[in-house]
Amino acid sequence: MLAYFVRRLFVMIPTLLAISAIVFFIIQLPPGDYLSNQIAELRAQGEAASMAQIEHLRAQYHLDKTPVERYFIWLFGLLRGDLGWSFEYDLPVNVVIGDRLILSFVVGFATVIFTYAVAFPIGIYSATRQYSWGDYGLTFLGFLGLATPSFLLALVMLYLANIWFGTAIGGLMDPEFVDKPMSWAKFLSVLEHLWIPVVVIGTSGTAAMIRRLRANLLDELQKQYVVTARAKGLPPGRALFKYPLRMALNPFIADIGDLLPQLISGAAIVSVVMSLPTNGPMLLAALRSQDMFLAGSFLMIEAVLIVLGVFLSDVALAALDPRIRLHGGAGK
Amino acid sequence: MTDTRANESDKLPHYVRREKFDPYDGEKLDPKLERYYMATQWRLMWWKLKRHKLALWSGVLLVFMYVSILFSEMIAPYGVGTRNIDHIYAPPQRVHLFHEGKFVGPFVYGFDYKLDLDTLKREYTPDPAKVQPLRFFCKGDSWEWMGLVPGSWHFVCAAEGGTFFLLGTDRLGRDMFSRLAYGTRISLTIGLIGVMVKFVLGIVLGGLAGYYGGWVDMVIQRMIEIIRSFPELPLWMALSAALPVSWSPIYIYFGITLILGLIGWTGLGRAVRSKLLALREEDFCTAATLMGASPKRVIFRHLVPSFMSHLIASATLAIPTMILGETALSFLGLGLRPPITSWGVLLTEAQNINVVALYPWLLLPVVPVIVTVLAFNFLGDGLRDAADPYK
Repeated sequence: MLAYFVRRLFVMIPTLLAISAIVFFIIQLPPGDYLSNQIAELRAQGEAASMAQIEHLRAQYHLDKTPVERYFIWLFGLLRGDLGWSFEYDLPVNVVIGDRLILSFVVGFATVIFTYAVAFPIGIYSATRQYSWGDYGLTFLGFLGLATPSFLLALVMLYLANIWFGTAIGGLMDPEFVDKPMSWAKFLSVLEHLWIPVVVIGTSGTAAMIRRLRANLLDELQKQYVVTARAKGLPPGRALFKYPLRMALNPFIADIGDLLPQLISGAAIVSVVMSLPTNGPMLLAALRSQDMFLAGSFLMIEAVLIVLGVFLSDVALAALDPRIRLHGGAGK
Repeated sequence: MTDTRANESDKLPHYVRREKFDPYDGEKLDPKLERYYMATQWRLMWWKLKRHKLALWSGVLLVFMYVSILFSEMIAPYGVGTRNIDHIYAPPQRVHLFHEGKFVGPFVYGFDYKLDLDTLKREYTPDPAKVQPLRFFCKGDSWEWMGLVPGSWHFVCAAEGGTFFLLGTDRLGRDMFSRLAYGTRISLTIGLIGVMVKFVLGIVLGGLAGYYGGWVDMVIQRMIEIIRSFPELPLWMALSAALPVSWSPIYIYFGITLILGLIGWTGLGRAVRSKLLALREEDFCTAATLMGASPKRVIFRHLVPSFMSHLIASATLAIPTMILGETALSFLGLGLRPPITSWGVLLTEAQNINVVALYPWLLLPVVPVIVTVLAFNFLGDGLRDAADPYK
């Protein structure tokens, strides 16, 4: 187990390096940079005096160096925990994104819990009562969840929540709590707002997970050991939970690798629509204004989170299923 | 027990069958079974798919939709950019058949327009006095078919001097139904072209990894892993933001398709690889190699046909992702841009909560999105079940 753990940990290093190179490449892709846009603006206003200042800034942010040099400067900055400078906010990226990351975590974590809490019982129900009306209905709902663009669902739910419950539109808390210290009332307000994005973001992931759990469990339920258990007179509940469910759960854990990117993608667009103070809207704004270190940091952090998530799911899987340890494979 | 045979006679009577000897006599099949056994793989798949009613009807619907994009200009009663400045944010008009108990044929009631001076909301009410029968196969707004062939012929148009907004109008008074018809062309093809990019990349890279194994496999596997570590949408967003603003809309269209395809091939690549790994060890493959077949021949002559059906099924399941992806990107303003019209571009109009409250018909472009995605999912599921007809 320890050997597997260490090996798996080392595999992550080249992956993360490659990811950082790709992120850097992407943020360099757009022609020009934030400063050259600024210069063009200054020129248009006829302000030549601050050109010296611009040149100074250019040198300060290493924009005069070659891309390769800049990559290494950026990479070593990352390793020291320095994410660079946000031109748009004129602050270090760390300061800009701190709060947002925490809220993103809150939303993401709540969504994972929601996904599991909903997918688990429904998946079991669908598999044990295959082809019943309940199964058909839930399967259809799941398909609908997969097919509806999440941003639209978000809009409609915001509207309904506003009409039915009087929830203030947009944001993650009522306006009067913004910038206030944490309190019980603020916490409740966050809870009141949190459920809509969680349901919206979680819908497609939940639908996919229900389908997978159902398929896996159906496969297991047809196997001979289940028939044997039933024939021996094991109560149906135990004949379900003791072995088949545990077998069917394996892919459930392995799927975290698929679930996490899905969640982050969903969160990105949903929070733009709902103007949540999370990563999504800021990433979008940063991409639009070519605030490249900010955009790059978001991409990098999200990718690192996913790699870590997959790592954790692999380790959990290895802990649960000795077959995987013995084969020693890093993949599924 | 007595031996009766010994009592009656010592020998059995000599028996010779009159018919000609047919060595396969005992294995004759009845024609129905024979038809089944002799059928090709594709025929078997078709039979299996036919039993899957939902998949079959989804397929029919999709064929219908794809054929319709050839006639978008004629299906749309108005031009894609035609502005009816007297009818801004007009609600959908219902098609009626009977006027005051009398059969008139399909017609709509014309609008009475009033500006609510308190809320500044435009209010349109159907006026029962204005019966406007629809015209069929008529001349209307002129178009250029795919930008090439000019014409002005439509399947349906409004009455002379009347209006026909089946799905209402938007903030510029453009007919939503017409725009939807044009948007279908872009949204459906973006899925198809994108999947082709995915398909080619997936088969080539997955094929290389699966057939050669070793370090090629290692490199490609790592590549897949790295691409999959990125959340899709933010990566799409970043790449689309990198498309130059100066590009013409049509370049942007191909750029977006390429981006969607470049990131999405990994799933298909993995499927190809694992299938190849399994099939590579089969006897027929070893036999072909021993008989001196080149890798190219082994891959394309023996291996690809055996899992082509699976690939088609996975590709079908991959199209909805692309359609939803385009919708999301365009919605965020990073995808297609007007004047190109797609479902996602149409939905950008529905970006804020006012629209949901006041002009809910602007949300309607989501209906074709859902229907198409569902149809592709059902068809893909059916195909996947049918893909292995020998099971």
